Amino acid sequence: MIIVDIKKGLKAYNGLQVLQIKKKFIVGSITRITGPSGAGKTTFLKMVAGLITPDTGIIKTNNTAWFDASQQINLSPQQRHIGFVFQDYALFPNMTVKQHLEYATNDTQWINRLLTIGGLSDFTDHKPNHLSGGQQQRLAILRALAIKPKLLLMDEPFSALDLKMKSALIKDLQGLFAELGATTLIVSHNPQELDGISGDELEIGS
Amino acid sequence: MDLSPIWLTLKLAAITTLILLLIGLPLAWWLSKKRSLVKTIIEAIITMPLVLPPSVLGFYLLLAFSPQHGLGHWLQQTFNVQFVFSFQGLVLASVIYSMPFMISPVKSAFQQLPVSLSQASYTLGKTQWETFRHVLLPNIKPSLLTAAVLTFAHTLGEFGVVLMIGGNIPGVTRVASIAVYDSVEQMNYTAANNYSLILFAITFVMVLSVFIYNKYQVKSPLE
Repeated sequence: MIIVDIKKGLKAYNGLQVLQIKKKFIVGSITRITGPSGAGKTTFLKMVAGLITPDTGIIKTNNTAWFDASQQINLSPQQRHIGFVFQDYALFPNMTVKQHLEYATNDTQWINRLLTIGGLSDFTDHKPNHLSGGQQQRLAILRALAIKPKLLLMDEPFSALDLKMKSALIKDLQGLFAELGATTLIVSHNPQELDGISGDELEIGS
Repeated sequence: MDLSPIWLTLKLAAITTLILLLIGLPLAWWLSKKRSLVKTIIEAIITMPLVLPPSVLGFYLLLAFSPQHGLGHWLQQTFNVQFVFSFQGLVLASVIYSMPFMISPVKSAFQQLPVSLSQASYTLGKTQWETFRHVLLPNIKPSLLTAAVLTFAHTLGEFGVVLMIGGNIPGVTRVASIAVYDSVEQMNYTAANNYSLILFAITFVMVLSVFIYNKYQVKSPLE
């Protein structure tokens, strides 16, 4: 069980806005996160990943505290071992597709498998600026999966994919998530996109 | 024609650039991260040589490192090091004088990289040093080259600071810009012209090379 009970003050155009999230995520589940733009969906994911520090509260996974404001516990992103797919992909312009995955893991078999799933086996020597938007997005997903995370945070991960590619990839990813036993939180603006795969939903800023 | 001022200038510029690469890279990276009052003050101090008359900077360095005064006296007594009228004095002055030319472009380059690049690297389990070495540094290469060339070229052209702290000792502190001035003083326009032409040619080729290199650099998709 992953327990999140956090609060963070955010500066908004209309003054200070408080982002408060209280939610339990079942291990291995897939949760869709929705909410209007600017509500704090990305901030929430980054707080779980340890990239932004909440003002107060706790984040616990399997009884291990990642963050506990009262006890001044705050594990670094490196210690949390989380897969993160960034909205802007955050690909490294100096690295090829293969180097992205090799930067994350030494497991060659796993890298080859990911490349096949993401349809990037023929583009291993391409740098991000020689990939299409969809290919870049798939690479961002594969890189996050390369570390075999137990928790996967995805910020609009399928927005640049065409329908055919999206459904094929989602199907493959579902199998991978189950294999890894990964708990997955996905921010999505498209309600139909995750139909049938996400069992739970978290609405932010409602 | 005595070529020693040219060699001395090139040696000074190379050593200064190397030192500033070693100091400037981590300093620029640190300055590019979250702002604080201390950082703002340090940045202002680093930028001062851009606006301060070189003779003023040279004058203060001369006072600070003169063996007759506190710091200079202590350095000479303790380490037997003298910065005034010596080559190491020129290096020290050049490092201070050219520092903004290294720090400013490198800092801007770090700031222009999306913060998510570092964050992505951290989530992959990489330390700050690994992230700096494998992600940040390779992606600011054009700016780094520009900064290094600007620093080198700027050091080639130093006059006021080096004259104040180093004087005009042939083979020790008589760099090319001082040799030009000295030749004109002696009405030896041929020598002045030769030194000037060599400095002009070196600087032009270096700056042109940087422009050509940067022109053919493939732009990042994230720019």
